[in-house]
Amino acid sequence: MATAAITAERENYLNQEYGIKSWLLTVDHKRIALLYLLSITFFFFIGGFFALLIRLELLTPAGDLVQADTYNKLFSMHGMVMVFFFLIPSIPAVLGNFLVPLMIGAKDLAFPRINLLSWYLYIIAGILMLHSMLTGGVDTGWTFYTPFSTAFSNTKVIEAGLAIFISGFSSILTGLNFVVTIHRMRAPGMTWDRLPLFIWAHYATSIIQLLGTPVIAVTLVLVVLERALHLGIFDPTRGGDPLLFQHLFWFYSHPAVYIMILPSMGVVTEIIPCFCRKRIFGYKFVALSSISIAVFGFLVWAHHMFVAGISLYAALIFSALSYLVAVPSAIKVFNWTATMYKGSITFSTPMLYAFGFVGLFTMGGLTGLFLAALGIDVHVTDTYFVVAHFHYIMVGGALMGYLGGMHFWWPKISGRMYPESLGRLAALIVFLGFNLTFFPQFILGYLGMPRRYWQYPPEFQVLNVLSTAGATVLAVGYLLPMVYFLWSMRYGKVAPDNPWGASGLEWMTTSPPPTFNFDKPPVVTWEAYDYEHIPAPQEARSGG
Amino acid sequence: MFDTFPLWPTRASTTAGSVDALFIFLVALSALMSLAIFTMITVFAVRYRRRRGVASEQIEGSTALEVTWSVIPLFIFVVIFVWGAVIYFKERTPPRGATEVYVVAKQWMWKLQHEEGQREINQLHVPLGRDVKLILTSQDVIHSFYVPAFRIKQDVLPGRYTTAWFHPTRAGTYHLFCAEYCGSQHSGMIGQVVVLEPAQYENWLSGGGASGTMASNGQNMFQQLGCSTCHRFDTQGRGPNLVGLFGKPVQLEDGRVVTADENYIRESILTPGAKVVSGFKPIMPVFQGLVSEEQLNALVAYVKSLNPSPSGAAGGPTVVPSGAKPQETKVQ
Repeated sequence: MATAAITAERENYLNQEYGIKSWLLTVDHKRIALLYLLSITFFFFIGGFFALLIRLELLTPAGDLVQADTYNKLFSMHGMVMVFFFLIPSIPAVLGNFLVPLMIGAKDLAFPRINLLSWYLYIIAGILMLHSMLTGGVDTGWTFYTPFSTAFSNTKVIEAGLAIFISGFSSILTGLNFVVTIHRMRAPGMTWDRLPLFIWAHYATSIIQLLGTPVIAVTLVLVVLERALHLGIFDPTRGGDPLLFQHLFWFYSHPAVYIMILPSMGVVTEIIPCFCRKRIFGYKFVALSSISIAVFGFLVWAHHMFVAGISLYAALIFSALSYLVAVPSAIKVFNWTATMYKGSITFSTPMLYAFGFVGLFTMGGLTGLFLAALGIDVHVTDTYFVVAHFHYIMVGGALMGYLGGMHFWWPKISGRMYPESLGRLAALIVFLGFNLTFFPQFILGYLGMPRRYWQYPPEFQVLNVLSTAGATVLAVGYLLPMVYFLWSMRYGKVAPDNPWGASGLEWMTTSPPPTFNFDKPPVVTWEAYDYEHIPAPQEARSGG
Repeated sequence: MFDTFPLWPTRASTTAGSVDALFIFLVALSALMSLAIFTMITVFAVRYRRRRGVASEQIEGSTALEVTWSVIPLFIFVVIFVWGAVIYFKERTPPRGATEVYVVAKQWMWKLQHEEGQREINQLHVPLGRDVKLILTSQDVIHSFYVPAFRIKQDVLPGRYTTAWFHPTRAGTYHLFCAEYCGSQHSGMIGQVVVLEPAQYENWLSGGGASGTMASNGQNMFQQLGCSTCHRFDTQGRGPNLVGLFGKPVQLEDGRVVTADENYIRESILTPGAKVVSGFKPIMPVFQGLVSEEQLNALVAYVKSLNPSPSGAAGGPTVVPSGAKPQETKVQ
C-alpha cells in the first residue's frame, strides 16, 4: 500500500531534484534543515558515545576503565560537542530552519545563500573539532577556564577553540537570518500578535545568538592568542586576571542556555494547544516571557561565579537578578498547564514529549532556585548537583522539546507517519531513563561529590551505579526514534497534509511541502491557535 | 549500611546547619510546587481527555491569573534570596580572632601552613569549637577548597588571596576536595580535614616539625631581603612604617584609599608600583618571582603580627597535655 502511494506522490522539495549536488548546493531552507539534521545527529551520537564512556568509568570508585587524562578529555569533548555542535544548532537550525518560513507564510528565509553558508561553516567547524579529537583531543572542560587552558593544558586547545569560534559564526548567521525573515517576510495578515509562539521563541533566541555569540568568539580568540603569544590578558604573573575570562565566558554561555531552551519552549507551545484542541492560554504573556527571558538572561552570568572570588556585593546582585529570570519561566509552565483546562486532550507521541518537557523543565527550573540561593550555591556548585540541574534543563528540557518537535513535524518533513505505538514507547523510555540517570546526581551533589572526578570515594558508588544504569536505558530511548524514523521514510504510512489537525500555515501546504512552500501565497485572517475552527483529525492512529 | 550509602552529608560546622535548613525548606517548597503542577496536569489530562461530542472551550487567558502567578512566585523568590544571602554574608565574613591557616594549592596537592609554624600536606588539623580562617592562594591554575561536611567552598586563584572560614562543631575526619577542575589528577587532589578536641589539638601542635612561627619566619625573611632597611619602625624610613598597618585604610599617591588587607600586602610586595602610598616614591624593587608562595605567606603573617591588637596574632602552644593522641577515624 505504501509503495502505491509513492508513485502517486506529487512534486515536493524532496523529489524535485536528485543527486548529491542538488543537496550540497541547495538554497532551499527545508533541504538545509535536513543537512543540519544529518550533521547534528552525527555529532549527537559522538557526544553520546563520550557520555556512555564517562558513565561506564564512573561505575566503580577507582579510575579503571580509562586513564585520568582520557577521562578529562571525554567530559571536555562531551560538553563541547553536545553544547556547540548539537544543542545550540538543534532546534533552530533543523526545526527553525524548516519551519520559520513555512509558519509565517514565506517562500524561504530572507538570505537563502547565507543559510547555506551557515551550514558550511558548521561543517568546517565540525571537521576541525573532529580533527582535534582524533589527533589527541582537548582536556580543558567545555568551559576553557584560564590559566589552565592558556598555560597548563598540553592538548589541542587552539584547534578546539577555533572550531567553536567558527561554529559561532554559523550560529550568528542563522540568528541574523531569522530576525530579518521574521521582520520582513511575513505573509499578508500575519501580524506580530498572530505569530505562532514558536516564532516568538525563535525571535528571542536569535537576538541572543546575535548579541551573545560575538562575545564567546572574542573570548576564544583571546584564549588562542594568549596561548600562542603569551599576551598576559588572563595571566596574573603578567598583570592579567583569570577571572576576566570567566566573566567573558559566562556572559555568552549563560544566555546560551536560553539559546538551547527557548526554541524547545516554542515547540512545546505549539504541541500543547494542538493536542488540547485549544488556543494557548495567555498568548501575550507567553510571547513576552520569551523576550524577557532573552533580556534578563544577559544579566545573570556571574551566578556561575559565586565562589570564584567575585565581591560579596556583586554576588548579591547577581543572585537577585537570577530570581528575576525565573519568573518568566514559571509563567510559561503555568500557561501550559492552564491551556489544558477544559481542553479535549489526546496523548499522541508529541504530547507525551511535551508532558515530559514540562515535568523535567519544572524540576530543572526549581533546582535552579537552589543554585541561585547564595548560601546553597557555595555548597553545591561544581558538584553533581549542578551537573544534574543543567542536564534537567538542557537534556530533560531542550532535548525533550527537540524530540517532541521532530515527532510533531516529522510527517511534514518526510511526508510519512512513524509508528505511533513505538513513538509513545520511546517517549516513555526517554523519560524514565532520564530520571534514573540524573535524579541520583542531585543527591550525589548534595553529598558533596565534585564534578569532573575520574575517581571518587566509595560511599558515592551506589548512586553512580544507578545513574549509569539510567544512561543505558536513555541510550535505548534515543536510538529507537532514529530507527523508526529511518524505517518510516520507506515503509511509513503516507502522511496527510495535516495529520494532527493543527493550526499554523505549515499545515496548510502539502506534506512534504513544495520547494517554494505554498502554491499560492497565503493570506492570514485568523488568530494563532484558532482551534475553534479547525476540525480535529480522525483518531490519529497511523503507521506500523 | 549508611556508611556505604549515605543520603545526607555529615554536618560538622556551624554553617552546615544553616545551609541544611534552607536546603530542606527549598526541597519542601519544590516538592510542593511540582506536586501542585503535576497534580493539575494529571487532573486536567484525565478530566478533559477527548470524548465524543465534548468540544474544548476556547479561553483566551486571564490577566488576573497571570499577575497572580507572577507576583506570588516573585514574593517567594525574594524570601529565598534574602535567606540565601544572609547565609552567604556570614560565610564571606570571617569573625575576628579566628585561627589563621594559609593554604597554597598546586597541581595536585594542598599545602597548609599554620600560624604556629606547622606545615601539612593534604591534611589539615584544626581545633574543635574555634573559628578557623583560611587564606588561600594557588601556585598554578585555579583550584577550589571544598569541605562538604562544613558546606564551604572557595576557589583558590593564582596571584591573589581568597578567604574562607568555618567553625567546626564535631570532631572527626572529613573530606577535603578540589572542586575546580585543575588537570590530570584533579580527582586525586583530595585530602582530609581532621577536627580535634582542643587538648588533642594542642598535643598535635607540639608534635614537632615546626621551626618557629610563621611570623618569626617572616621576620627573618624581612631582614634577609633587606625590607627592614627602608621599612623602619619610625618615620625616618624610605618606605612606610608597617607597624599597625594591617586592616587600616591607606591613602595612595593617586588619591585612592584602599584597605591594607592580605591582598594589598601581597600585591605591594610582588608589584610595589601598583599601589604606591601617598608621600613615598616608587623605589621599591619588584619581588614577583623572587619569593615562593609560602615565603610570601610568612611575610604577610609577619606584617599582620606587627599590629598591637590581638587580631590573629601568632602565639605558640602554651600548655601541652601529654598522652592525648589524635585518633584517625573514618573519613566522613
